[in-house]
Amino acid sequence: MSSRLTTLAILIGVSAPLAPAIYAADNHYIAPRNEWGQPDLRGVWNFSSNTPLERPAKYAGQEFLTADDVESIRAEAIAEIERSDGNTTQGGVGGYNQFWIEGLPLEENTRTSLLIEPSSGRMPARVAGAPVAYGGLGPDIQGELPVRFTVGGIGKDHPEQRGLSERCLMGFNSVPPFMPSMYNNNVQLFQNKDHVVIFNEMIHEARIVPMDGRSHLPDDITQWTGDSRGYWDGDTLVVETTHFTDKTQSFRGTGISANMHLVERFTRVADDRVNYVFTVNDPAAFAAPFTVEVPMHQMDEELYEYACHEGNYGMVNILRGQRIEDGTYVDASAN
Amino acid sequence: MNTILKSAVLVASMSCVLISGAASAQDSSIPRTPDGRPDFNGIWQALGTAHLDLETHVARPGPIVAMGALAAFPGGMGVVEGGEIPYKPEALQTKLDNQEHWLERDPLVKCYLPGVPRATYIPYPFQIFQAPDVTLISYQFAGADRIVYMDKPDFESQVDSWMGHNIGRWEGDTLVITVSGQMPDTWFDQSGNWHSYQMVVEERYTLMGANHIQYEATITDPEVFTQPWTISMPLYRRIEPNAMMLEFKCVEFVEELLYGQFRKPSVE
Repeated sequence: MSSRLTTLAILIGVSAPLAPAIYAADNHYIAPRNEWGQPDLRGVWNFSSNTPLERPAKYAGQEFLTADDVESIRAEAIAEIERSDGNTTQGGVGGYNQFWIEGLPLEENTRTSLLIEPSSGRMPARVAGAPVAYGGLGPDIQGELPVRFTVGGIGKDHPEQRGLSERCLMGFNSVPPFMPSMYNNNVQLFQNKDHVVIFNEMIHEARIVPMDGRSHLPDDITQWTGDSRGYWDGDTLVVETTHFTDKTQSFRGTGISANMHLVERFTRVADDRVNYVFTVNDPAAFAAPFTVEVPMHQMDEELYEYACHEGNYGMVNILRGQRIEDGTYVDASAN
Repeated sequence: MNTILKSAVLVASMSCVLISGAASAQDSSIPRTPDGRPDFNGIWQALGTAHLDLETHVARPGPIVAMGALAAFPGGMGVVEGGEIPYKPEALQTKLDNQEHWLERDPLVKCYLPGVPRATYIPYPFQIFQAPDVTLISYQFAGADRIVYMDKPDFESQVDSWMGHNIGRWEGDTLVITVSGQMPDTWFDQSGNWHSYQMVVEERYTLMGANHIQYEATITDPEVFTQPWTISMPLYRRIEPNAMMLEFKCVEFVEELLYGQFRKPSVE
């Protein structure tokens, strides 16, 4: 290898981990055009992330990780995997061990938080009185109907006490907006002359976005995934969504989706990368709008059918198991 | 007839042949995409009673007393070429048994993904988003979707699915989609017509003008049928300027049906 090439390799090796931050700051990339002359966003994109939504306190005032930060986080993660032998934090395989967990190498997103606005990288304050309910994989929580969170439940008396993804109504990472989660962080974008489709693999959720300038649905018409309209702002696809039902949350455990105004921006910043940036504005839940940036990477793979409801034996077994424990189980097939 | 006239007639008839030949190969009356393919983008829907029964059928009562005439099946002409579905004898018995227990067995009652070809002619719209490499067909019912690969002729089904593994190609102006790898759990209609996991469906979509598609589907399933059979019907564009597919997440409408027996009894 010539000394020039060696130097180049070292430079790449050293600088590559921090290079992607340049995408946003100094990007002269021009997206390819599709047959309609639009920026071509089509393809399968993965929005996995290892970056926390909110900036950890130790990075206060620091927007991006340094190379040393990346190394120490990586070393901690490796040590943790070795300590747990790839098992869950509760010990044992649990519901989901390491096999399930998708991530993204930190050097692909060196931000210290997915939140880019407020600039503190921290969520704005919750408005007093706004409902809060987090589900989770642990025991059921105290709560009221309707259950607006996705995973977990508030009881096992009936299906409506379970989270929306357990009922196969909404994906736990694909409720607009979509957010990185443990797995199935895949979205396929389709475009034709006057529509875009945002197709999340989770719950096979195809959100159809008219781009023809038509007005929103009447105000009293609401949908689980809202009513989306799109337009081009330069080479950025902008999707505005309102008309959500009151049956989901605004964001991460907080608020009622009916009050939410969502703006999503999709910009292809490299052949293999689309930046997904969304802004949630819900004055009834959050003191200020906030904006999240999630880099998405092209997948050279196909989506699989996520037929959730068709195989939802979990719901039957959760409820039946509880009835048996209660001593209230009636075997209908025995009648 | 003099020679000049003869030549003129010959030329005229030849040009007729040329024109009609060109018309079938490159029909200018249909919309086309920038790459010259027939443009199937838009919202489409079938009319008729194929969703009730693919074969010709007389009117019969519905299963829900309270719904009276609205749940009854109107009579209708069949869409099966040759009239009858060529069942093997024992498979026909299963169909008749399915028909007798229709309401408790029909997967659509449970809001399950309808499969192909049933998704096409149930009375709900579907929308095509066409692209040279990958086309999406999105159905209102249960939010069913099919990703049709136009550029992967050798891509084989990896795992069975409800909406199948969809490989598309062009035969002239006809969009041909071969659907394999479907779950055996879907049906063809509300009359118990069924198939096995071996079913392969070849669909043919041909634009008959700006607002009509001639739809054909040939079903091959040697486990259930003695020979391949074909259905055909027109599909109609939803031409209302405000036509849109609104959400139909039917899961919440079947939870009582599916899980009601496991509800905690109310405390008196």
